[in-house]
Amino acid sequence: MSYEEKNTWVFAFIAPVGFIVYLVLLFTQLDGKPLAEADYVWPMLGTILGAIVAGILGGIVVGIVTGIASGGKDDGKSDQRDKQINRFGEYIGSAFLVMGALGALVLAWFEAPHFWIANVLYLAFVLQAILSSIAKLVAYRRGLHSW
Amino acid sequence: MVKPTKVTNGIRALRFAAGEMTQADLAERIGVTRQTVIAIEQGRYSPSLEMAFQIARVFGVGLDDVFSYDPEEK
Repeated sequence: MSYEEKNTWVFAFIAPVGFIVYLVLLFTQLDGKPLAEADYVWPMLGTILGAIVAGILGGIVVGIVTGIASGGKDDGKSDQRDKQINRFGEYIGSAFLVMGALGALVLAWFEAPHFWIANVLYLAFVLQAILSSIAKLVAYRRGLHSW
Repeated sequence: MVKPTKVTNGIRALRFAAGEMTQADLAERIGVTRQTVIAIEQGRYSPSLEMAFQIARVFGVGLDDVFSYDPEEK
């Protein structure tokens, strides 16, 4: 398994875990308030920043472990295939970003609370990360050819 | 989903004919990861034309001696 594939596994794990942590933080501080009035900004910001930091640290750990396991032969470089698979995954995942943006647009038209607009966008980012990671992993495992 | 490639290759045989060259050696010579060489050998990845020429050059043969295309194959 290449360094980039391992990194993709890390992201595929971090994205849903980060969202679950956000939901736990959100629901545990509700204290009887309606959901739309919840203080969502800091839990959301915290989990987004946490996911970014976890992704960077995960990449570093994967790089070190891969380097040691391969006796220094695998230096974590990516090649043409990694780049093509990355582009393919991002293309597939972008569908959720578009759906999230459209959802947020409709909510804004109807002057929905900021809570729902922000959460639809955040959910779209999470789903995009999950779907693109799955698409990349399928491409690594099953192959990447012309369509 | 992903269509299987109709391009087959004889890289594995060429490696053995070239003094049992390892996948890692070939990967290093064409500037890719060993996993990419494995994927090409197993038909899970179609290399670019440039990479195909690089592979052929490593073995000192023509492109047709490394890759073949059979449109009748599933």
